Amino acid sequence: MDTFTQIVVLSLAAGTPLVFAALGELVVEKAGVLNLGVEGLMLVGAVASFIVAAKTGAPWLGVFVGALAAALLSLIFGVIVLTLRANQVATGLALSLFGIGLSAFVGRPYMSVVIEGIKPFAVPVLSDVPVAGKLLFAHNPLVYLSIALFVAVHVFLHRTRSGLVLRAVGESPQSARAIGYPVIAIRYAAVMFGGACAGLGGAFLAVAYTPSWVEGMTAGRGWIALALVVFATWKPWRVMIGAYLFGSVTLAQFQAQAAGAAVPSELLAMLPYLATVIVLAIISRDATAIRLNAPASLGKAYHPE
Amino acid sequence: MSRLSRRTVLATLAAYPLAVALPARAQAKDALKIGFIYVSPIGDAGWTHQHDIARIAMEKNLAPRVTTKYIENVPEGADAERVIRELAQSGHKLIFTTSFGYMNPTIKVAQQFPNTFFEHATGYKSAKNVGTYNARFYEGRYLAGIVAGRMTKSNVAGYVAAFPIPEVVMGINAFTRGMRSVNPKAETKVVWVSTWFDPGRESEAANTLVAQGADVLTHHTDSTAVVQAAEAKKVYAVAYHSDMSKYGPNAQITAVTHVWDKYYTDRAKAVLDGTWKPDHIWGGIREGMIAMGPFGKTVPSDVREAMLKVQGEIAAGKFHPFTGPIKDNEGKERLPAGTTISDETLLKMDYYVEGVQGRMPANK
Repeated sequence: MDTFTQIVVLSLAAGTPLVFAALGELVVEKAGVLNLGVEGLMLVGAVASFIVAAKTGAPWLGVFVGALAAALLSLIFGVIVLTLRANQVATGLALSLFGIGLSAFVGRPYMSVVIEGIKPFAVPVLSDVPVAGKLLFAHNPLVYLSIALFVAVHVFLHRTRSGLVLRAVGESPQSARAIGYPVIAIRYAAVMFGGACAGLGGAFLAVAYTPSWVEGMTAGRGWIALALVVFATWKPWRVMIGAYLFGSVTLAQFQAQAAGAAVPSELLAMLPYLATVIVLAIISRDATAIRLNAPASLGKAYHPE
Repeated sequence: MSRLSRRTVLATLAAYPLAVALPARAQAKDALKIGFIYVSPIGDAGWTHQHDIARIAMEKNLAPRVTTKYIENVPEGADAERVIRELAQSGHKLIFTTSFGYMNPTIKVAQQFPNTFFEHATGYKSAKNVGTYNARFYEGRYLAGIVAGRMTKSNVAGYVAAFPIPEVVMGINAFTRGMRSVNPKAETKVVWVSTWFDPGRESEAANTLVAQGADVLTHHTDSTAVVQAAEAKKVYAVAYHSDMSKYGPNAQITAVTHVWDKYYTDRAKAVLDGTWKPDHIWGGIREGMIAMGPFGKTVPSDVREAMLKVQGEIAAGKFHPFTGPIKDNEGKERLPAGTTISDETLLKMDYYVEGVQGRMPANK
């Protein structure tokens, strides 16, 4: 593989945890719920997937259980904010803290375990096509899954009737209910979907990317995913641009350092954040469009009647 | 070792009550109670892990005259002071504070407990009841460099580093000098990740270095990610802090490890014998504070011998990794031939030696 191809492959992988988590959160927020617990959900997904992969030797089963565990944890969040109507911001933050602590606690005996993770997979024949072959067909299978997730989320939100209903629930739950949609049930579904996606992001880190389990291994990626959703003004394709931009600038600054660039490393470390914010701010600079995209009832508790 | 803001404080807050709740070991009646405070979870490898190995060794060596208690995952700052005070109040007569950022809290609590002895790792402030200790990590780095220099085929070594502080920089320089002492064509590429701990970032940096031709990697960060990345990419690795051969059975060619066992036992003995005095120890290979991990199975015997020979010379005090002439990587002479660098200059090191690519990020 030449250097350019390697950089592309590495960049996509670096952006993938963000893609999973941010797409999930986007759907949650489109349904009008603000879940700040992404970081904790990712960690729970990471630890659950790692434990299952270590116990069974089946990393794919781990990925599935990771998503499931995070979905179940987000169900608790759902009960608190949707049924009991607690404050979403406070509950989300608590969920994050809880997830961080819980994952550290149950993951303790697994810190030293080494597993055979999910490896990049070169599609036979196709990956041998010159130039584009390796570029397109030699990624980690979970990277393809994240791209499939993007397509699914995009089509669902903007091309299907159910997507329209979900967005209606996020805009005006009262109206949605008035025409007979089960607002709370839809929000539950969205919250659990978002949890599962965050879990996938964590599972990618634990069983494919590093592969290892260490306490706090997401290192803030959940918070970045949250910010990404806002900066991408709730549009899936912008989330993708943001996530890959973040991944590639992270890699590019390492590349620049290894090549001997004389720029302070602290400055380079800021670059991914800076570049992502600037680019997304430029492509979404239309204030009216932002107002139209932001779910109108985001973060507000919904009281039927 | 300075510990800048590392794990999320939140993670710590969540885990802290658990750590405190751990019961102290069954305590003999008038055994000396010794307390330890750790900055991160003990885990399976890394800085804190090495301190805990030494705690257990000390307890075994001096049983039943000592009992120990540790509190792990304590962030540097206000919490640390509270934890150290609690240890002192609950009758611990010797307290090891094992991270740079515990320096001020240690000094503060020491003033309030003049009859308790404190040992602070890697700091520079002391008092009549506070001693300091640190290890000459760079000696191990030099030795690792010898092995790396002989094993590399591409003549490029990759170094994943946390922050450009003198301690890290002297490690890079010692490694590079060791490497070039056996292979003058070899060079080091450095990537700064600006974090002590982020396995994702560390492996990204490692992969980047491999993509740029490095075939032996090492790290000055806390996780095992770089060794694991080397294993996955089928290149060599030099582990740091702990032996990580489990994570890179084929990759690890050697490791630079910290060994505090003897020091901790000696200091506890001194308290038992009533001979404890505040000391300022900077020990290395000779004192047994730095030890090389096992050689990888691919390392041929002549390479092992070459390293062991220099290790013997360092242990005998006949050789210093920073003996002139030393040129920086811009060609300027930093140390004339025939002289040895002073500890003071070493602790302020802010340049790359010849053979390190790029420019120090901190240079103005």
